[in-house]
Amino acid sequence: MPNATLVLTPPAALRPAPPAAPRPRRRRPWPLGAALPLALLALWETLARTGALPPNLLPAPSRVLGTIAALARTGELWPHLGLTLARVGAGFVLGGAVATALGALTGYAPLARRLLDPLLQGVRNIPSLAWVPLFILWMGIYETSKVVLIAVGVFFPVYLGLMSGVQGVDRKLVEVGRMYRLSGLALVRRVFLPATLPAYFVGLRNGLGLGWMFVVAAEIMGANKGLGFLLVDGQMTGRPQTILASILLFAVLGQATDAALAWLSRRLLRWQDTYSMSEGPGE
Amino acid sequence: MLRIEHLGKQFGPRLVALHDVSLQVAPGEIVALVGASGCGKSTLLRLAAGLEVPGTGRVLIDGAPVAGPHPSVGFVFQEPRLLPWLTVRQNVEFALAGVPKAEQAARSAAALARVGLTDFADAWPRRLSGGMAQRVAIARALVARPSVLLLDEPFSALDPFTKMDLQAHLLDIWADDRPTLVLVTHDLEEALVLADRVVVLRSRPGRVHGTFAVDLPRPRNRTAPDFQAQKQRLLEALDVGN
Repeated sequence: MPNATLVLTPPAALRPAPPAAPRPRRRRPWPLGAALPLALLALWETLARTGALPPNLLPAPSRVLGTIAALARTGELWPHLGLTLARVGAGFVLGGAVATALGALTGYAPLARRLLDPLLQGVRNIPSLAWVPLFILWMGIYETSKVVLIAVGVFFPVYLGLMSGVQGVDRKLVEVGRMYRLSGLALVRRVFLPATLPAYFVGLRNGLGLGWMFVVAAEIMGANKGLGFLLVDGQMTGRPQTILASILLFAVLGQATDAALAWLSRRLLRWQDTYSMSEGPGE
Repeated sequence: MLRIEHLGKQFGPRLVALHDVSLQVAPGEIVALVGASGCGKSTLLRLAAGLEVPGTGRVLIDGAPVAGPHPSVGFVFQEPRLLPWLTVRQNVEFALAGVPKAEQAARSAAALARVGLTDFADAWPRRLSGGMAQRVAIARALVARPSVLLLDEPFSALDPFTKMDLQAHLLDIWADDRPTLVLVTHDLEEALVLADRVVVLRSRPGRVHGTFAVDLPRPRNRTAPDFQAQKQRLLEALDVGN
């Protein structure tokens, strides 16, 4: 059976729906997508204030925001936020780097693909969270095991995206490169790299989404700092507002980092002839 | 000058694409290769470009044997094959790797002006029509001033009006530097409009069936009686219906 966590790769689907912060869209006169979340928020706030929702289970959105504000004021928030970001960042860089090297190799060289890909596909089918006990046993409960777990999550989408991207490079364009006597590194830089970027960016964004999912798993299972720790702490101490605050922060951070990658991808792929680009800025 | 000596090429154990083809094209001459599909005309062109390795025989460009793509050979493919991530100007400059930047800019500007696309220099290829994209491909093939230009069915994907327009344009550009021009086509009228000589190939295995000198002054008028008479003679030479 395929790893269920990997099936859920669209990053937006991995995260709980943000109760606030609708995605800002450029050049859209009226953000229609914000209407429903805002209406639900208003309903939720009203129901919570009238006491229709039990405050010990589902506190009002204003209380959740108040909790975040209080955490920020006391300065307690920043180590949690910083550490979670650092873990995701380190795991993303580590997993992304290994995936880039192996994906490029297996995409480019059929021999390497025949040798390595079956093994990697096999490993991919292990539900990644099954590694947790082993990683903790090997690397202890501190940062190394967490970063490695996140890196494993990031690895597969990036690896698969890049490998299929390299394999999908148009033979005819490679021939144009050969016709103008490009070889080796110049051919990679001027033809393979740009041709591969779209698939690579899809892989990176999916990988980042899984990175955020895996940091939650890693921090729930053993941490004394981080947003995942706040989740557990809120549960232990019976404070749902802390749990919801943490969920909201995960949503905002996940969305922000994904938007950064999406922005970079749009900038680098302005040349693409796709449906979505036909709406975007021309040149 | 392009000289092809006893060229043979086989794909796999069975398929003989070309068998013992010899051909000489004089400097500045325009030769059209025609023949049914599968006669090896594209293979012949790709061998001449150094994109394929011959099984037997050899190709000489200006007296030197071809061992891979060559700076004095330009190639226009059937599709424009522009790199979509480069602007029109950068696509033309793609053929000038190793040339100083300032010279690249000057030469690509001149090449784009020659094909009438100066205004599109900074556009992405996705914005071009088929005819415009193929003109960029011609500019890219010619910007390095090759002595031999090879064209593989360059206008076959275009509508008839664009096609006639580009045929006239190609002759116009050819008149500047007079490179040797070898063109694969399955359009007899195109062959008669452009070529000094039409080489007819037969298939299984691909071989030269005969050579047909086009005895018409330029510019050629497709509707003139002598043009039609030449077309009739070429059809007979091709053995159509036999």
